[in-house]
Amino acid sequence: MNLGAALAKAGKRVILVDADIGLRNLDLVLGLEKRIVFDLVEVAEGRCQLRQALIRDKRFPALSLLPAAQTRDKDAVNEEQFAAIVDQAARIADYVLIDCPAGIEGGFRNAIAGASEAIVVTTPEVSAIRDADRVVGKLDDRGMPIRLIVNRLRPEMVHSGDMLSVDDVCEVLAIELLGIIPDDEEIIDTTNRGEPLVLVEGNRLGAVYQKIARRLEGEIVPFTTFNNGLRQGLFGRLFAGLKAG
Amino acid sequence: MLDLLRRLFAGTAPSASAAKERLRLVLMTDHLALAPEIVEAMKRDLVDVISRHVEVDREKIEVTFERQDRAVAMLANIPILSVNRPSPPDRSLPPPVRPRRKRGRRRAANAPVPAEPAPAT
Repeated sequence: MNLGAALAKAGKRVILVDADIGLRNLDLVLGLEKRIVFDLVEVAEGRCQLRQALIRDKRFPALSLLPAAQTRDKDAVNEEQFAAIVDQAARIADYVLIDCPAGIEGGFRNAIAGASEAIVVTTPEVSAIRDADRVVGKLDDRGMPIRLIVNRLRPEMVHSGDMLSVDDVCEVLAIELLGIIPDDEEIIDTTNRGEPLVLVEGNRLGAVYQKIARRLEGEIVPFTTFNNGLRQGLFGRLFAGLKAG
Repeated sequence: MLDLLRRLFAGTAPSASAAKERLRLVLMTDHLALAPEIVEAMKRDLVDVISRHVEVDREKIEVTFERQDRAVAMLANIPILSVNRPSPPDRSLPPPVRPRRKRGRRRAANAPVPAEPAPAT
């Protein structure tokens, strides 16, 4: 949702789709929970138009949310319906960001049905990386382009050797790096309030999301080295690639 | 050895490198969809085949797995004690160096081109 807000701030028309049917949350972290009228399942069932279900964010007029249903389950929508909604959304937006539910079952298959590209987000922990690898394998089988965001990185732990580095994660997963997000208490503070980080001027994490947004736009933006324990992503990966060969 | 150098340069110490090594192994098994016992059996069979031609040091055999892009390569380092073992007729001795086995992760069409062999570690 912060990525969506960063893209919207850069003037792109963004639709966020909460694909986690039954476990709706994107509305809450965005501070839009009181404005929901219709949801994704109602759009899929033809009980309302997509436009009626979209909630426009007043802080970023270019940002809209399509909320998940909270009282239904994952089977309430099928892949065809999902893909049709995403196609329709793509006609009125520059970016349709689909927040995929956890797991590799029906909810995941629905979420990727209409997607043309995937961003895999993982923390630098063994269990998360193993799961990410499974997801990458599934997406890879569909021939979908995949990029990686490493979330909740703690540079001081990487420096002391107690956390896998971004290079390690990239090497293990063997996919292109899109962004590095350091672990920051501010995330909790801003989600408590329902305010996207990029709203707060001069926020260091906001800047991180804005960089990711620029990379999505095709710009080449150098990766932040949060300290010298963290080698620069691209060169680190090239180096690792040569050594693996 | 390369791992050790990498560790020194990246400044990573025990738990991160342990995590990486464990992940490397577990993902390899995930990708091959092979149980560890099967990997062990593969190792044994490989050594048995080579032992038919040359005498190998069973105690010092090292079998490792390496990620190459989205594929896994099985590398076996099998020290040869003696090449004087009588070989079966019609068969020349295999080269006394590390045999390489490459295993694609998925359909062959998706498999990356095998990289050049790594320098001796």
